[in-house]
Parts: sequence; C-alpha cells; structure tokens
Amino acid sequence: MSLRNIGIVYRKELIDSLRDRRTLISMIVVPLLIMPLLTIGMGVLSIALVGVARKEVPQVMILGGEDSPHVVADLKLLKDLQIVPAKPDFADEISNKQIRAAVEIPRGFEANLAAGESSTVNIYMYEGELKSGFGADRLQRFFRELRDRSIREHLQARHLPDSLAHPFDILEKNVAPPEKVGGAILGGVVPYFLILLCLTGAMYPAMDLTAGEKERGTIETILCSPVSRTHLVLGKFLMVLTASIATATLAITSMAISFGAGKKMLLGATHGAAEAAMQITITGKAMASIFFVVLPLAVFFSAALLALSLFAKSFKEAQSYISPLMIVVFMPAVAALLPGVELNSALALIPVLNTSLVSKEIITGTYHWNLIALIFLSSSAYAGIAIAIAVKLFQREDVLFRS
Amino acid sequence: MIEALHLVKRFRDRKRGTVCAVNDVSFSCRPGEIYGLLGANGAGKTTTLRMLATILAPSEGTATVAGFDVVKDAQKVRSQVGFLSTATALYGRLSAQEMVEYFGRLYGLDESTLHRRIDEIFARLEMNDFRDRRCDKLSTGMKQKVSIARTLVHDPSVMIFDEPTLGLDVMAARTIAGFIRECRDNGKTVVFSTHVMSEVEKLCDHIGIIHGGKLLAEGTLLELRARFGIHDLEDLFVKVVES
Repeated sequence: MSLRNIGIVYRKELIDSLRDRRTLISMIVVPLLIMPLLTIGMGVLSIALVGVARKEVPQVMILGGEDSPHVVADLKLLKDLQIVPAKPDFADEISNKQIRAAVEIPRGFEANLAAGESSTVNIYMYEGELKSGFGADRLQRFFRELRDRSIREHLQARHLPDSLAHPFDILEKNVAPPEKVGGAILGGVVPYFLILLCLTGAMYPAMDLTAGEKERGTIETILCSPVSRTHLVLGKFLMVLTASIATATLAITSMAISFGAGKKMLLGATHGAAEAAMQITITGKAMASIFFVVLPLAVFFSAALLALSLFAKSFKEAQSYISPLMIVVFMPAVAALLPGVELNSALALIPVLNTSLVSKEIITGTYHWNLIALIFLSSSAYAGIAIAIAVKLFQREDVLFRS
Repeated sequence: MIEALHLVKRFRDRKRGTVCAVNDVSFSCRPGEIYGLLGANGAGKTTTLRMLATILAPSEGTATVAGFDVVKDAQKVRSQVGFLSTATALYGRLSAQEMVEYFGRLYGLDESTLHRRIDEIFARLEMNDFRDRRCDKLSTGMKQKVSIARTLVHDPSVMIFDEPTLGLDVMAARTIAGFIRECRDNGKTVVFSTHVMSEVEKLCDHIGIIHGGKLLAEGTLLELRARFGIHDLEDLFVKVVES
C-alpha cells in the first residue's frame, strides 16, 4: 500500500474538483444556504404570509337569521368581518375563494336562546385554507361569546353564580424541557437534511471522478500510469469522502448558526409548536456526536456512489443510476420522521435509518451509548464492504472499458 | 525492447458471445526501431497495444516490455512505457504544468528531478507560453504537446502510440510524426498503430499487418513488397487482408 500514491491521486482530484462548479455548488453553496433558508427563511416567510392573511378582513355570508335580527345586526357591526349578501351557491364561493366563510343561523335562534333551548349554528369554511380559517375563527369567537353571555344571563336571572357554567379548569402541564420539545419537532427533520446533504455532496464528485473520466477520455490516460488501480480508487474515494464530509460539516455549522440567529429573530413572532421548535439548542457535544455517527455513513455513500458511477459510460448515464439510489436512501431517512419509530438494536442495523434515528435522539439530548456504538460499527461494516466492492470494480476491464 | 508472445484477448459480448479481438499475435521490436501495426478499424490494433501498456490483461500469452512481463510485472512495465493515443485525453481543469507534474509524481520522480525534466521538456516543445493555462483552454496542437510532455516526463525506454494522429490537422499530425522519429533517434523502442498508409511508409522500420485479430504478415517495407510483388502499400495491404 503506497500512501504516497494515494496522496498524489487525492491531491490532484481535490484540486480538480475544487475547480468544478457543479462540485462546488453541491459541496459548499447548497449546505451553507439550505439551513438558513430552512430556518430563518421559512420562518420569516411563514410569519409574513400569516401576517398578510391576518390583515385581510374576511368576507362572510349570513345564511338565514331573518327571525334573529339582533344577532345579525351584531354580526354586521363587527369591524373585522365584512358581511356580503347571502347566495345559494355559498359553498362554491368559499371553494373559489370569493368569500372566506358562511354562517347558517337556524330558524328561531334568538327565541331558542331566550327560552334556553338548544340549537345548532353551522359555520362553513374551506379546511386547510388559512384565510378561510381566520374567517371561520372570527365567527366561532362571536358565537362562543354569545353563548357565554346567554349562559351568564340565564344564571343571573335565577340568581346563580357564573362559576356554575365553569365549575373547574383542566390544564395540561409539560414536564419535558423546552429543548426536548423542540428536538422532537425538529430532531427528525435535521438528520434527514444532513443525510440528504451527505449524499448530494458525494454525488457529483463520485460521478465526475469515474463516469466523467470515461466520458472525457482521461481514464485510459491514468490507467497507463504506474499507479495501481487500488491506489487510484482509494485516492478518488478519499476525495469523494472529503466532499461528503465537507458538505455535512458545513451543513451542521450552518445549522447551528442558523438556529442561533433564527431564535433571536423569530422568538416572539412565533406561536405554539413553532415556538417550541425554536427552543432547540444544539450543543457542541450533540454536533460532535452527530458528526461521529454520520462519518461511517459518509464513507458508505462515497464508496457506493463511486462503485455505481463507475458502471456508467457517461455522466448522464451515472445520473440515471444514482437517481433511483436516492429514493432507496431517502425511504429509511424519511421513515425516521414517522411518529412512534423508536431506535432499538434491530433498527440500529438498518443503514441510513439507524443514523437518522440516533441523530434525532442526540439532538433531543438522549445518548444511548450502546446503540451509538452498534450503529457506528454496523455503518462502518457497510462502508468497508462498499469500499471493497469499489476497489474490486476498478480491477474489472469490462467495467472500466464498458462500451 | 518489446516482445509479444502469442497474445490473445477475448471479450464477452452480450449479443455476440465471446469475441476474440486479438488472436495469437507475436512480434518483437528492438530499441531504436519503429514497429508499425497496420490495420483497419476493429482489426485488434488498440487491444494489442493496450495489452502491451498493461491497460488490459491478455487472456492468453504474454509480452515482455523493457525486460518486464506484462502479466507478472504490470506496474514495472508501466513505469517504462510512454503511452499516447487519441483516447488519452487531458484533465481539462488542470494547467499544462499541473498535468505533467501529476504524472511525473505518479511515475515516482522526486520534486527536483521532476521540475528539471519539466523545464527541459517544456523548453524543447516550446510550451512555456501556456504552461500555466488550463488544458481545456488550449488549442489541439497545444494539447498534443502536453500529451507528449506527459508521456516523456519519466523518460521511458518504450513508447507506444495508438493511432496518435487520428482526427488531427496536418500541422498537429506532423508534430506527432516528428516526435515519433525523435523517440527512435534517441534509442527508444517505438510501437505505433495506424491505418494511414503514408504514415507507415514514412515512419516504420518494421510493419505488421493485422486483421481480424491476427497478425497476417510482417517485415520491413522492402521485404513485404518483395514477398507479395506489390509496390503500393495500400494494394499490398488489401491483398494481405483479402488472402
């Protein structure tokens, strides 16, 4: 084994790749941009969109209510609702976003209310449509307040206390620290992107250093030099691994900075789950641990991509081989996002899924060291097999000179 | 010195089954001599030369190149050979100097020897004006010079040229022809494949006519003309191939 020759090949491939725009974009630009875009960009964008939606005064229709003039008049007095004339095709108008919601007041509503009899008010809205939701929310609030007022009036008429309608409160108390709540929300997403970037970072150099060489006709040039094919493939592999690790490292760094900056910018502007997600704190220990478990996966990706790309005659053909592989890789990465999927010793042996799950745990501050060791060892074994296959393929003439 | 001994190369083809690209080819070439392998496209020239350069391993037979066996000592053979073909392209993103340096290092040259050799070769081939220019920005002629510099950097005793002038214009082809002659004059063993008759007539000391993977005839141009009673090399080639 000549480390000198491996080093010479590696150095050349590094210089060569750093001058390749496609490699630079996938290795440096994408990981540096994707995390700020995901955190700050998406946060700012969603806040802006919600703000725009909130500013709009929703147009709503009142269906019926002819015998409930006071309720209709009170509704018309609301400044944050615009009442439009009722039409029979109100549902189509909501679907076509011409109006945001409609409320159906039942016959004899006010009389029922006065008599203390029950009736049903229907609110029509378009589920999942933000502005329609705001319109429906405003209507709900109006009728909730009306109901509460009616209960209070009935109780007072009978000289009963208001608390009778509200005998006790139910409160859910969270015992999980904020970073765990945040981790549970973002913990699945972050490793997913990390694995994705690890793969995409290795993809272009792997194709360029194998299929690209065949396409450009430099494979024969290098094969007639005295460097052994094992040294050649190891030098190339190290370059692909460098790209993969650089992508992952830049992604982790960018992620940490983005969360830091994003927290300051977005806290206070967010609500509920989003605020909990922003509570996430990625410690130095978590970053180092994630790097440690992602490293053998990067080795595995680099060697597998190198071997697969070598089969192709051209860059384009290599892309057609690698695209299905991306789906194979993303399935376990996405599986880790599913609720209820918990890391155990069996799942620790499934490549990609194991790394995704353990990274999720690490982000939430949970360290199962025996499983981390098992994942590191199994991923290293897969990586070793992939390197051996890549080395073997570089010895095969039918692969190197496939025509 | 090159000595090919019953070289055979078979490939497996999905449609055609096993294909014998080179079938029992034997010839030898001494230092200070140019051996021309003359044949049509698909005759087996490239496969033969790739086996001599150890890029492909023979299915049967062997060859010794500069005293080393192509099967047993492939790496030592490669360190003694300079291989140039139209398929041996350059790394476009490296400069002319980086390209030659890369190969010099792979051939095991130390840094001082490498830079001395590069200075000598670049001066001789008049490459100093574009030594720092990226290879993908060079003209065809300049690229040929870089390829030549790459094959010469380790001062090999054996030169193998596989259709080196294919697709080149007259001036670039003349540069290559001049370089091949210079190699012979410097005592190197030179094997050269082509299907251009005029190149063979101008350059080769010995000629081997190859067709269908078999070496059908060999000798000096005078010997071949006398044996077949035909003066024109093209007519002679057709007669050998058709017989």
